[in-house]
Amino acid sequence: MKHFAQLYQTLDQTTSTNAKVVAMREYFATAPAADAAWAVYFLSGRRIKRLIGASALRTWLAETSDLPGWLVEDTYASVGDLAETIALLLARTGTNEVQGSLSEWVDQRLLPLKDADEDTQRNTVTSWWQEQDYEACYIINKLMTGALRVGVSQTLLARALAEHADLPRPVILHRLMGDWQATPDFYDALIGEDDGAAAQSRPYPFCLAAPLDDAAGIDSSSIDSIATTLGPTDEWHIEWKWDGIRAQLVHRGGETFLWSRGEELIGTRFPEIVGAAASLPDGTVLDGEILAWQLPFEPAAVMPFAELQRRIGRKTVGKKLLRDVPCLFLAYDLLEEHGEDLREEPMHERRSRLGMLIDQLDDRDAQDLATASRHQLRLSPALDADSWQTLAEQREDSRTRQVEGLMLKRRDSHYATGRQRGVWWKWKIEPYTVDAVMIYAQAGHGRRANLFTDYTFAVWNNDTLVPIAKAYSGLDNTEIKALDKWIRQHTIERFGPVRSVEATHVFELAFEGINRSTRHKSGIAVRFPRISRWRHDLAPKDADTLESVMRLIDQDPNQDA
Amino acid sequence: MITCCTESVDTLAVTARKHTYAMARSRGAQAPDADLIEATTRGLECAAGGFTIDPWKPVELSLITHAHADHARAVAARYIASKASVPLLRHRLGQDIDIQGVNWGERLTLGETTVSFHPAGHVLGSAQIRIQRGEEVWVFTGDYKPDPDPSCEAFELVPCDTFITEATFALPVYRWPDGRTVAREIFDWWQQMRRSGRPAVLFAYSLGKAQRVLAELTAFTDETVHVHGAVEPLTELYRQSGIKMLPTQRIDPSGPREDYAGKLVLAPPGANGSKWMKRFPKASTGFCSGWMRVRGNRRRQGYDRGFVLSDHSDWQGLLDTITGTGATRVLTTHGQSATLVRYLRDELGLNAAELRTRYAGDDASTEEADP
Ligand SMILES: [Zn+2]
Repeated sequence: MKHFAQLYQTLDQTTSTNAKVVAMREYFATAPAADAAWAVYFLSGRRIKRLIGASALRTWLAETSDLPGWLVEDTYASVGDLAETIALLLARTGTNEVQGSLSEWVDQRLLPLKDADEDTQRNTVTSWWQEQDYEACYIINKLMTGALRVGVSQTLLARALAEHADLPRPVILHRLMGDWQATPDFYDALIGEDDGAAAQSRPYPFCLAAPLDDAAGIDSSSIDSIATTLGPTDEWHIEWKWDGIRAQLVHRGGETFLWSRGEELIGTRFPEIVGAAASLPDGTVLDGEILAWQLPFEPAAVMPFAELQRRIGRKTVGKKLLRDVPCLFLAYDLLEEHGEDLREEPMHERRSRLGMLIDQLDDRDAQDLATASRHQLRLSPALDADSWQTLAEQREDSRTRQVEGLMLKRRDSHYATGRQRGVWWKWKIEPYTVDAVMIYAQAGHGRRANLFTDYTFAVWNNDTLVPIAKAYSGLDNTEIKALDKWIRQHTIERFGPVRSVEATHVFELAFEGINRSTRHKSGIAVRFPRISRWRHDLAPKDADTLESVMRLIDQDPNQDA
Repeated sequence: MITCCTESVDTLAVTARKHTYAMARSRGAQAPDADLIEATTRGLECAAGGFTIDPWKPVELSLITHAHADHARAVAARYIASKASVPLLRHRLGQDIDIQGVNWGERLTLGETTVSFHPAGHVLGSAQIRIQRGEEVWVFTGDYKPDPDPSCEAFELVPCDTFITEATFALPVYRWPDGRTVAREIFDWWQQMRRSGRPAVLFAYSLGKAQRVLAELTAFTDETVHVHGAVEPLTELYRQSGIKMLPTQRIDPSGPREDYAGKLVLAPPGANGSKWMKRFPKASTGFCSGWMRVRGNRRRQGYDRGFVLSDHSDWQGLLDTITGTGATRVLTTHGQSATLVRYLRDELGLNAAELRTRYAGDDASTEEADP
């Protein structure tokens, strides 16, 4: 545990990625496999599930700290991190070496707590809090409460492990995906020679698209510039950019695994897709998008994302929900066919094989309508265009089609790992924008605790400002600092952690969609609100009205019926 | 994943009417009240004495607690301050300001009041201001800390009836380690950087914190520290006041590039991320502040190291000081005011309330890097 706490410290005390990789390599070079396995588990952002709830920890903290409950809550709100709040309030002062290794702590102390009664849990945990010094108390709490968040990405961890084990990084990344137990055997296999056997259920790392604006030297508002940068349209495979859940459908050894991009197995939420995959040949991996799709399946009728969200929100899906929100898998790509990894094949080749595969599926189902796999496994339609101008016109149609814009994939490209520029571009439609006045501010959490970064914005309804959206992102650090200072000096009232501020500053907000909502006082709900810029040039009276915002709803076809 | 705009917007909407009301009220005039000191639109005003403390809008006579920018603004025709802070105030507000320096504890008669200045232990010359009218005694702290600090006068506990206190760090997570221990951590980090051939760039406010670091470090070394142009003149004023510190050398922005590997460099926080930093390739960065007690503060500002060194009082220091003054009424100016007020009321049974002022406390944004 001491070594792991030191590794955490080192990672936390540098912003240099090289220094982080060096620190991790040094740790893996000496750590026993049992400890290293847990280190990989936690550094990759995994957490021990269903150990002890945060609310229990908060209650115990209030009981142990001799402070009034509201003060503990205020303090937690300010610090923004429960593990840290506990360590700051309760840990012993001075240094005091923690006994036991990381794996001993997890296997013999933390995991057994799952089955203990509440009194035992409480006594055990609160005595750790008071016995350990700050560093140990903090780490133990972090292991209990979840992801470590120490500025180490999966890619950075994989880089350290790959260098340590002298393996290609994709092998490590592949082995890190999906469900695994943090055992010494897992760790040995993780850094052991590649025998290809373990990968039965595993998806491939996703290839991600970069925003077209990121293309070097491009002005994406100019068709000429796009044409110059990307070359002729026939070098590109073009599809709609669907707004669903990106997923990989893995069918191997007679079993089906549906993986989200967040590396979660989500098959239980989409039984109709998993069922349909049974008709795929063994050794097939599809990359695609899960979408909620209104019945009958033709003509195309995508349901709003909020509907799809109902399907992810729960562990199991009941009959009614299955009927109300039918889902399908729209296939983009074929990553594996008959057990053969196709990722090095060019896009057009993979795509044509994917088309044939889906066609065969249809043929087979034609004789057996009951399983009707062709309904749930479909090919993402390609767009045909001889010029960027035509495409730009088709893209204008995105909102009516309930898509987010276009995807451009190089026809000769192989399937890349992660977000690599130049291979896949997303050419999204312009978001909606509204000018709104900031009326409330709240301190952020985690990295942003103690700094006012969460704002509530309002528009005019006659002479009253009505809140329409909360937004967190979009300002740069200098703007955040300036606004933070202004908020502190122009607070009108405090409601717990929220402050009302003078209605002075106007911001342009961008969002992806807008719906009518009875759950919101303003009568509207916006999706993905973010700050696009600070309108220093506008006074509060220049902000938009609720009426003008309502008018946007009529332009958004993707709304609740 | 995608979320709709949140429920909390709804709960906030309920308060929308309250909000409009509060806005109207904030524009209106203050209700008449018999308080000796009141927070007005100009500053902390004492009508009976004919002066304003630490004003932010133009006034005739200003009493200044200390030379930090949020307390000392060039808005008065005439100033009174502690003798020790006069050189710092002239440096900040202009050499030709009309300023009277008074000795610690010296009694002045202003209008119906008797006024005296007492050390606040915050920075060199920082004062608490005691105001008496008849039997009634008020103390305004400005910024203060009871902890020992070799770079300024020790805090003096002044008994009073009404105590106006800052509340910058009024949360129980803020507990300060002693200055010597923190200076040891800074020194160790510096030596560690020396071994890896990197500069150690330490950010500290150019008035007070930087000099405290230079004074605390004399326990470990006598080596020269390289300082930013904003730090040097203030350090020189401290030296002239007899504060013992490490020797310093000003970094000349127009001079030739030097190699700062293994050197300790002191700079104001505003210099972080500026072009000025280009002369320290591969530097490890550190920041000295009470905020560094909380990891998130350090992470979001992107410093490699955070050193918990504050020129404000920690939570326990605030409570001990407040109860120590024997005051029955406590007013708070800036920082975690709501928390402190509630604690004093609910837990200690004191008559406590918040004053609205424009003091910023130890916010990272208080001080910009001077050129
Ligand atoms: Zn100050």
